[in-house]
This record gives sequence, structure tokens and C-alpha cells, in this order.
Amino acid sequence: MSNIWVYAEVHNGDVDPTALEILTKARDLGDTSAVVLGPGATDAATKLGEYGAKTVFASDDAAYEEFIAQPAAHALAELAGQHAPELILFANNYDSRDIAGRLSAKLGVTLMGNATDLLTPTKARTSIFGGTQLVDVDLEGPPALVLVRPKSFEARPADGGSANVEQTSIDIPEETKKAKRIERHEEQAAGPKLDAAPVVVSGGRGLQEPGNFKLLEELAEAIGNAAVGATRAVVDAGWVPYAMQIGQTGITVKPGVYIAIGISGATQHMVGMKGAKKIIAINKDEEAPIFSIADLGVVGDALKVVPALIEEIKSRKG
Amino acid sequence: MNIVVCVKHIPDPNVPPEMDGERLKREGVQGVLDPGDEFGVEAGLQLKEAHGGEVTLVSMGPEQAMEAVRRGLSMGADKGVLITDDALAGSDALVTARVLAEAIKKQEFDLVIAGVESTDGYTGTMAGTLAEFLAVPQVTFVKKIEASNGSLKVDRQTPDGYHVIECPLPALMTVTAGVNEPRYASFKGIMAAKKKPLEQLSLSDLGLSGDDIAIKQKIAEIAPAEERKAGEVFEDDGTGAAKIADFLKEAKVI
Repeated sequence: MSNIWVYAEVHNGDVDPTALEILTKARDLGDTSAVVLGPGATDAATKLGEYGAKTVFASDDAAYEEFIAQPAAHALAELAGQHAPELILFANNYDSRDIAGRLSAKLGVTLMGNATDLLTPTKARTSIFGGTQLVDVDLEGPPALVLVRPKSFEARPADGGSANVEQTSIDIPEETKKAKRIERHEEQAAGPKLDAAPVVVSGGRGLQEPGNFKLLEELAEAIGNAAVGATRAVVDAGWVPYAMQIGQTGITVKPGVYIAIGISGATQHMVGMKGAKKIIAINKDEEAPIFSIADLGVVGDALKVVPALIEEIKSRKG
Repeated sequence: MNIVVCVKHIPDPNVPPEMDGERLKREGVQGVLDPGDEFGVEAGLQLKEAHGGEVTLVSMGPEQAMEAVRRGLSMGADKGVLITDDALAGSDALVTARVLAEAIKKQEFDLVIAGVESTDGYTGTMAGTLAEFLAVPQVTFVKKIEASNGSLKVDRQTPDGYHVIECPLPALMTVTAGVNEPRYASFKGIMAAKKKPLEQLSLSDLGLSGDDIAIKQKIAEIAPAEERKAGEVFEDDGTGAAKIADFLKEAKVI
């Protein structure tokens, strides 16, 4: 059996859900271990074991959380040298991207980014051009290094899984303690969480100005159990907080219904939402790429259609 | 403060991409400076204006990539370096990072700046790999920058907010599109750019060959994905809202 590792982020004691998704897939491909570094690591081992990690390499050292990428990349390189995994999988998240990038240079192995499926321990799949083409890649390694997009797999606990915890005792060199987190700020979005909401209402540049975003909030409220998201363009323009960004950078969503309002359908955005069961698009430009994947497309002015829709829903709900 | 900004020449993102075998078709496609890199150039220029020093642009690509470097020079950067070599066609991320690192090491730098991810490849892993080759720390996803004597204090975007990061120089940072408003190249800037130093380097100039630049990760297969079929698309004639409401009802969400 292949020896496959999953690097799992842990934040405020919670294991990153993407790590559990990846573990679920990895256990079909080989013997899986997890590496978890930073405060809460040892406690996280229980959960990682439930999802199929047979061994968890853990260290609760605060330096892994406090300093960006370098200590974790150092530890992973050391551990990989000691245990020779064939494949190391990472979630395509902020911190993991940074760590995997550095590890690629340390090990001299090309890192594959944006994987959407794992075919064998040495072959992974990604999609390009907004998901219209699938590319299968023969990985370089060992250890092969792959970043997997969130929500590529469904997380399922393994039957009676439990992990053997190995505390790592790797010295963290002083020269890796450079980029230091000194403050943390969280921006809370109202309503259901974007990545878990059954309906997502999302807006782009076609809304013309930031004030019009409140229309989406009203629509979400009228529908009920809906969350509001946005494209990178409007987040970059400062209209709404980053926590609302759906796409390649940002959140990946797979709701039952996705309502794209004033969104043209840049690749960047489509990879984060095309897994929705049903897609509705409202856009002025009939050539907008979003219409090519929409189940229902309305070519029209969002500022007229959305208020009318809110009224329509309200009157139907009575 | 001497700054290196990494810039990439990419096919115009407004033109739908096509494949040429296993590579992106670049022939006959107009190239541009990656729009994401304009924020990096602007960040470099603002830091230079505040702290002095020079802004050097570094790029790797075919000869046409010179256009992207010139565009950054027109915005106000002081000099440019382009690494171009036939052996680099189709390079993977590891080779690209190694080549850029060797070219950057030839410069005196306090800070290396890049975009968060390229608009054509969007893997966003180059920063980490490049920083490791340069043996400097990295701060990615920067949306606000303060620099002072020998260190940086920045706001780094996170999935649910931002963190404030302090980092000694030399360092590498990647900037998001929210970090600034890139300036336009003025006519004067465009004229001045023609006289600025623009160096072209080959792999042998960087002392790289053989295994250093071998592409090891291979594409096994490219196939069209099962396409999501487009549904009904119609012009809004005042009944759009009702049709959407019907659809939502059928999907059992209202």
C-alpha cells in the first residue's frame, strides 16, 4: 500500500474541513497519515483518525501558528526525509499554499496546484478554462506534492478509525521564525455560512455600485436560508468584505441553487461555483460566459429584475 | 529600499483561451502584462517614492514578454530584466521559480513583490517556492503595506478577515488587487521607458542547465469535461422575475 500523507490545518482547535475531505479520498488510495502542526494539533488527531489517518504526526508548538510557512515547511521536509511518503496532499488554502510552495523548493519536487481529483498515488486531475477541460498529470516524486481544491470530495468518517499519535520533536530553527502574526481580525458575515447554505445569491460588477448589494441581502432574506456571496472583482474594489468572495481565491460553494447576479462568469469565479446543482444567471450581456452553464438565464438589468423577484417571492409566500 | 517586482506576460485574459496540443496557444494571441501584476508594480513604485531606492522588474518568457516589462517601465520602474531561452518553453512552476530566483539574486534587493497568482494559471504557489530559493520569508495576500527601517508591517487577507503580519527584510510579498490603484502609464512615461535599461538573460547567463531546468511533471491526458448544459436563456420582457420564482419553486427553495 502506498504511504500517503495529508497536511491538515487546525484553526482555533478545529480541523480544516478540506483536510477531512482529502483524507476520505486518500484512504482509498493507500495507507494514510496526517501531519498537523500548531496549537490544538494533538487534540485534532482524534478527528483525523476518525476520517482514516492511521498515524498522526503532531506538534502543538505555537511557533507553527505564529510564524508563516517557514517552520511548517521545515518540519514537513524533515518528516518526509525520515518517513519517505510517496505523496503529500494539501488543501488549496492560504497557509497550505504557502507551505507547499516552500516545500517544493526544499525537496526539489514540482508541486501540482488546483487538483480536483486523485486518480492514483502518482496521478492527479485538474480542470482548466473554467472547468471545460480536464487535465491528468503524472506527478513527480516521491514525495509527490499536490494541492487539492476544497469540496473536491465528500468527507465521510471511516469505520472505527482511530489514529496512532506520534509527537514530533523537530527543532524549529530561529531563521524560520520571521514573518510573524501579531494581530488577528475576523469579519463576521450575517446569515448562514456561505459554504453550507442551500441557496447562494451572489453579485458582481453588474450591480454597478456597492449600495446595490443590499438588494442581494433582501433577496436572500426573502428566499430564506440563503447566503450572499460576491466575485473577486467587487471584493477587490472594496464593495464587500473578503469573507464573501466565491471563486478560485475565496470560498468554493456547492449549493442547491446558485443565483449569479451581474456576474459575467470569469474562470476565477466559475471554478468556485459550478458545482451548484442549479444555476440561475441574471446579466445584461447575452454573451456573458455565465449563461453557458446556467440552467436558467435572464438577459436583463439586475437592478430591475431583482426588486421584481423580491416582490414576487414575498407575494407567493404570502 | 531596493525592490524587485516579478511580472508576467500572459495572453490577453479577455480572449477565450485555446489549446495547442498540451500547451496554451500563444501564437496569434495578443499578450499583456498580467493585470494582477500591475498592483505589484504600483506597490513597488509607492514604496520607492516613500523610501528611495530602485524598482527592478524581472520576468521570464518568450521575447514578446519584453512588452510586459516595458509596460511596467512605462509606469515608472527603473530597469527591467527578461530571462528568455528556448529551453524554457513549457516550464513548470519549480523551474520557473528557480530561474527567477537566480535572476533576482543578481540584483540587490530588500523586497521582492509579486501578484497573488497569475491570471492565466492561478495556482498561487510561486511565491512560496521563490521565497524558499531566495532564503527569505514570505507574506502572501497582502492588502495593506507599511514599511519602515528594515521591516514590513502588512495586513494579510485570511478566509474570514485579516491578520497583521510583521516581517523583517529582506522578504517576499504578494499583493492582492485591493492593495492600491495602479497608475496609468503617461505618454512621458512611455517615452522615458524606451531609454531605460532592459537586460535580456539566457539560462547560461544564470549558470543553469540540464537537471536544473528539466520539466519533470508531465501531462498524461487532456480531455473535455462533461459539459454543463446551458438551459433556457431569454431576454427579460418583464416576466423574468416570475420565471425565476417558478424555477425556485420547482427547486423547492421557496
